[in-house]
Amino acid sequence: MRLVIPLAITFVAGMIMILQFFVPATQSVGESLQEWYMIVASAAIFLGAINLLNVHVHKIRFKAPNWKYSPVTIAGFSVMIITGIFFGIEPGKPFDYMFTQMMVPMGATMFSLLAFFVASAAFRAFRASNWRATLLLLSAFIVMLGRVPIGGMISPKIPLISEWIMQVPNLAGQRAVMIGAAMGMVATSLRMIFGIERSYLGGAD
Amino acid sequence: MVKMLFVLPLLIFASVTFAQCVGCPEEELDVGCESSEPCGDCFIQSLVAEDASNDAGGGIDLSWTIAVDVAIPDSMVLERLDSGGVWSPITTLQPADGRKTDSGLENGQQYSYRIVPFYGGIAEPASEAVSAVPSKQWIHTGRIWMLVILTLISIVVFYFIEQGKRGKELYIRRIAGLTAVEDAVGRATEMGRPVLYIPGIMDMDDIQTIASMVILGRVAMKTAEYGSPLLVPTCRSVVMSVAQEIVKESYIQVGRPDAYKRESINYITDDQFGYAAGVDGIMVRQKPAAIFMLGTFYAESLILAETGRSVGAIQIAGTAMPSQIPFFIAACDYTLIGEELFAASAYLSKEPKLLGSLRGQDMAKLFFMVIIVIGVLSATLGEAWAPAMKVADFLKQITSVE
Amino acid sequence: MSTFVEKLGSIDRRIIFIVMALAVILPLAFRMSLPIKIGEGPSKDMYDAVEALPNGSTVLLSFDYDPSTMPELQPMAIAMAQQLMTKDIKIVSLALWPMGVSLGNEALISVSDSLGKEEYLDWVNLGYKTGGGVLIVRMGSDIKSVFPVDYDGNSVDEMPIMDNINKLSDFDMIISLSAGDPGIPSWVMMAGDRYDIPIGGGCTAVSAPQFYPYLGTGQLVGLLGGLKGAADYETMVRVGVEDAPAGTATPGMAAQSVAHLVIMLFIILGNISYLAGKKKKRGAK
Repeated sequence: MRLVIPLAITFVAGMIMILQFFVPATQSVGESLQEWYMIVASAAIFLGAINLLNVHVHKIRFKAPNWKYSPVTIAGFSVMIITGIFFGIEPGKPFDYMFTQMMVPMGATMFSLLAFFVASAAFRAFRASNWRATLLLLSAFIVMLGRVPIGGMISPKIPLISEWIMQVPNLAGQRAVMIGAAMGMVATSLRMIFGIERSYLGGAD
Repeated sequence: MVKMLFVLPLLIFASVTFAQCVGCPEEELDVGCESSEPCGDCFIQSLVAEDASNDAGGGIDLSWTIAVDVAIPDSMVLERLDSGGVWSPITTLQPADGRKTDSGLENGQQYSYRIVPFYGGIAEPASEAVSAVPSKQWIHTGRIWMLVILTLISIVVFYFIEQGKRGKELYIRRIAGLTAVEDAVGRATEMGRPVLYIPGIMDMDDIQTIASMVILGRVAMKTAEYGSPLLVPTCRSVVMSVAQEIVKESYIQVGRPDAYKRESINYITDDQFGYAAGVDGIMVRQKPAAIFMLGTFYAESLILAETGRSVGAIQIAGTAMPSQIPFFIAACDYTLIGEELFAASAYLSKEPKLLGSLRGQDMAKLFFMVIIVIGVLSATLGEAWAPAMKVADFLKQITSVE
Repeated sequence: MSTFVEKLGSIDRRIIFIVMALAVILPLAFRMSLPIKIGEGPSKDMYDAVEALPNGSTVLLSFDYDPSTMPELQPMAIAMAQQLMTKDIKIVSLALWPMGVSLGNEALISVSDSLGKEEYLDWVNLGYKTGGGVLIVRMGSDIKSVFPVDYDGNSVDEMPIMDNINKLSDFDMIISLSAGDPGIPSWVMMAGDRYDIPIGGGCTAVSAPQFYPYLGTGQLVGLLGGLKGAADYETMVRVGVEDAPAGTATPGMAAQSVAHLVIMLFIILGNISYLAGKKKKRGAK
């Protein structure tokens, strides 16, 4: 019974969603299910918040390794919630100030790390070890030059070749991966809807 | 079965070509031959109302043509006859719109419409009134071919699942990344360091996250067997709950419920780079010996993979996100590319039913490959030989979704 | 000599990071600028698709990103809003990402103020709702039930801009500025393919290659990829417009050019070292 109920729910929900795609008259049932999902997803935000607080309070209480970071997390979390609830989130309010002056630059900082990591990964990975790797290396050079103004200044053909690489060989590879992955998605969905794959319910058969 | 998959598209090709060559009329079909009532010097001509196609009911499609020899009105108002017999304006139209759908109507009730053109703010005589009754449709005509293809794929998948169940030996090629799972967990045990499992940044409605959860169950069994700590930081709270249940069940299955630590599977934040920062922190502080990155990843993939590499962990990544695969290949020891992520559960469990579904999936892919080849050839030949182009158009039609 | 060359292949990554930082900071600090030439491509296609919309059309602009990707996507949002508002195209905006809503609002307010446009008449921000693809499907049948009030809490029924907008197919185009999922793929699959609405988009440079298949099939009418796409768009929008405010993407292109050259330099150094090592091994044999 522990397995039957979730498997039955998966089957019924999965079949309704497939059916509503092909049978317009059943769309309202599908829409209701989607609304339920949105409600569950919204409610789960509280679940996450409670878990976050639990984990960090636990760390502080038991002086777990690196527990000193936990009060910072709890303080940041509390300040954002309190200012949002009591002062509102409109422009000019404390919440908005913290969002634009703290969240925005911190998020951008994390994203900008990519520039450094791309440089170090490219330095390590691009080796002309055989003709295929050399071809890849040359393509990378052309695309890197073609995506910035300096490429066009060196030769007006570089941006055109770069665009061709993106539109033809890149496109072919992307499509191959996408089609393969889509077939995998269909098969995984079928396995789950029909209860063939049940390891996500704890590996039981 | 395999032969059938080759033969089926060829049959489609042959039959369509044949149909196009034998007895096809020379003259073009007159698509715009709908008769229109002459309406004097009215601007609106042939206003047509009909039940909106392929909807769940409550909609009426209105379409009209305009007279070319009449001055264009400044604005037009669509009016509907209400229950009291009075024409009420419902919306303003642009003369060039040509069509409008009125929605939110009651099924089975008749609705009448007319369009009133305005010149300089003065209403001119309205177009003739037209009526229609909205109703719900039981089959989406634009998706019938998709239904046929889906049914075909399902039949193929179930056929091979049945074959697997009957004990037919099904070959599965070696996938290095999955073979290395046991070694990676073993290495972590030897080094006395934890195993870090990152299930991507998407929620449980994402099929890659679901596939990742399935693999997490298998990895958790290994960590429970070897006694290595398992850390699962999540980006979504629903994923956290699911991961907690899966890991707990896996630990119970291998008889190590005592080793399960609920707090090791925790929620960090929904924010993409906030999550990347949090996971990077875990990597740098806890120095895991093995890192699994399986699921949906975006720009944070390289940030995570490079940090994992810097702490000396053995890294196994897998995603169906084409743009992130190069980053994983550059920074990780093993990478599962696209569909390999979805094959992981079958590969790790070696269950005949799951292996059968993999074979079915491959056959479905083969079917599409044959369709693509026929499509490309017929579209190319079609430039010189019209019947071949009809085949290409037919294949385009059956693989398109409205 | 050979030893030094071999050592080049294992440069400490912190040195790479420092050189990279300088390659970005110095061109920005010295306000280095490079001319941007617009050729045929997805950026131009995007611009042309918007230009082809008749005045008075309504476009749905979705801000599907957050502060982390703001440097690439916010300039696109501003340039896009400038082009749409200049052409008197109405903008109904929303966000599938929680933090995208205030970033989008910021862009819309700044452009609207500079062009003298009115909220609720020329543009509106409906705000954020969770659900991603599910939300888009729901909007396909009824937008007002999904967003009964806008970002500021006002009823959408009373807004003139929403008079003729009830469902997704009432829009003339949907544009998603997307940093991930939900974003462009959700709009293409759930809105473009289902309701036959033209979809345009902007995305980060790292995710641009994955959207090329959609361009090839016409499921995307155009695409702005990363800072380059943003700079292209800023340049196109500013053509013929007097006193157009300077964008933030165009100055960044010089820094990006130098950064690309630095990456290429490191790759070349790595390969010199690799080939020297290979030659040495052969010699030893």
